Amino acid sequence: MDCKLAWRNIWRNPRRSILTMAAVAFATTLLVFMLSWQFGSYATMINASVRIRTGHLQVQAAGYHENREIRKVVREPQAVAAILERTPGIRAYTFRAESFSLVSSKNRTYGALVAGIDPQREPAVSTIRELVRDGSFLARGDTAEAVVGHLLAKNFRAGVGDELVVLGQGRDGSIAATTVRIKGIFNSGQDEFDRGVIYLPLAWFQEVYGMQGAVNSVVAVCDSLDVVPAAKSHIQKALAGMSGLTVLDWQELTPGLVQAIKMDLISGMLFYVILIVVVAFSIMNTFLMAIFERTREFGVMMAMGTRPGRLMRILVMESLGMTLIGVLAGIVAGSLVTWYFQVNGLVISGAEEMMRQFGLPERMYPQLSLLSIGVGAGIVLLLTCLTALYSAFRVRRLKPVQALTAV
Amino acid sequence: MLSMVNFILHTWFFSGVSFAFYFILHTCLYAEHKMNIVECRDVKKVYHQGHLAVTALDGITLAIEQGGFVALAGPSGSGKTTLLNIIGGLDRADEGSVTLDGNALGEMSEAMLAELRLRKVGFVFQSFNLIPVLSAVENVEFGMLLQGVPAAERRQRAWAMLDDVGLAGLYHRRPSELSGGQQQRVAVARAIVSDPAIVLADEPTANLDSATGKGLLELMLRMNETKKATFIFSTHDKMVMDFARRLVMLRDGKVVEDTRK
Repeated sequence: MDCKLAWRNIWRNPRRSILTMAAVAFATTLLVFMLSWQFGSYATMINASVRIRTGHLQVQAAGYHENREIRKVVREPQAVAAILERTPGIRAYTFRAESFSLVSSKNRTYGALVAGIDPQREPAVSTIRELVRDGSFLARGDTAEAVVGHLLAKNFRAGVGDELVVLGQGRDGSIAATTVRIKGIFNSGQDEFDRGVIYLPLAWFQEVYGMQGAVNSVVAVCDSLDVVPAAKSHIQKALAGMSGLTVLDWQELTPGLVQAIKMDLISGMLFYVILIVVVAFSIMNTFLMAIFERTREFGVMMAMGTRPGRLMRILVMESLGMTLIGVLAGIVAGSLVTWYFQVNGLVISGAEEMMRQFGLPERMYPQLSLLSIGVGAGIVLLLTCLTALYSAFRVRRLKPVQALTAV
Repeated sequence: MLSMVNFILHTWFFSGVSFAFYFILHTCLYAEHKMNIVECRDVKKVYHQGHLAVTALDGITLAIEQGGFVALAGPSGSGKTTLLNIIGGLDRADEGSVTLDGNALGEMSEAMLAELRLRKVGFVFQSFNLIPVLSAVENVEFGMLLQGVPAAERRQRAWAMLDDVGLAGLYHRRPSELSGGQQQRVAVARAIVSDPAIVLADEPTANLDSATGKGLLELMLRMNETKKATFIFSTHDKMVMDFARRLVMLRDGKVVEDTRK
């Protein structure tokens, strides 16, 4: 009977109940979509950063990440490779060596990050080969050839086939100098990257920079972000026997990205809190109105022997019923909207330039997940229930004779 | 002796024994002493409205015998409804004592009063006060639900009661689908279905036309005779006073006349 009473009370003032449920549903829909959007954009950002630059994990000499000196090397990259081969969740790995050097064309000189990459292994780890827009990517057996960012090539006023002079410091402190021919020009969409990086074949780099077979990092990608911590831990244990090496994950390698995500999450949360508070007040208004309107009825029920606790229970059932309907409708609507954009993507017109700066595609895709559904719906449910509970608690203070004379 | 028994029972009650057992045992113990269902001794009640003190009851002493059909009459502000509320355990007296079916109301907690109302008192209100979202039969069932009567028995008794008050076939109508007279009949059925010791009716005919009001009074008189329930009305309706077997006139919170017919 209590359930029946609560259910019928919900529909006693259908317009008001529907409006309240619509408010809850709207908030839930918005939260499901916004959280999915945030999670989707973070995944895209992380993926863009990981797939273009850092990989999920890197094995480096201790201190290299903080102070990128060419002499801080992984002396035996093949031994690290053997560890990675045994590590579950590692999809691919490659070797890289890097040095900041002066690079000159006929008339111009710029500082750039000169990176030696393994032409065969690199495409499995990064998207650099797919980003080559002019010429071609490095191939096995290439020697004095280079792939450069399109903004750097533009600054040099050089094109495919032109020569660049590279001048830097070798691992042993000697002068490293070579002339390379531009084989390809890439465009990642990230201006800083396109303006400041030049790729050489790893073997050639090692020879020019006196690396003696060493590399600066062994870069690995995992099957998914979820397996990164386990893979890192596995590698960490395996590296215990090799002194001076450390393993860093993508969060340590790109602290700026992690901070940006955290900042975005915080600002998002502020928006969500405001939204939920507005909805909670709307719910509170509905429930308080319902209690004021029915005070006399509560008085009759109390006169008949109903305890305040039971009245409270009926009211909580009412509010829970209304909130649950709203939340469920919101989950369905939010999931449908999110699913549509997950399939078709969403172009934020006018933000293309900003997106490009962050290496993001123009079309973004939200990522519907149990988390994005559960968190939003859970918060709305919790807050509205607390609000309703506050309203219901007022009934506990009612005296039958006062309630019976309420206007 | 009785006060000693009362003390033991109250102690037992507070030790967590169920309300129902308490009232059953209490009723059995008091059965042979129960000549009067209600006893009021020097009852006073003052309402405070800001700095103003309004005396609603000014030393009422009144005994109502079991099975009575009593009207409390008097002009507005004479204290009829206040007295009815105090007798029914809805309100408390400031001074004096009120005993209902052997239970000293002044000594009972709010929870005990709620249980007393549930088991021993039926209410009929001026404006019917049915629960609008429940049908006629559900309204009648509600009190029994609170008492823990099984669903099937509840439904059967509610149907029979509605038949008895002349509402056969209207079981599933909501209050808004019933006339004022029909609603008040449902209210009477709701009040009497649990066989309460006393039915308190606050101006039960005030919102009804005279023909409907008369029909309702005849119904209540029949219930009084067949169910042996005590009825106490507050009224200033001449017809109700004519129907009553005892008329207690109140004025300024005092009993000014007590007539038995």
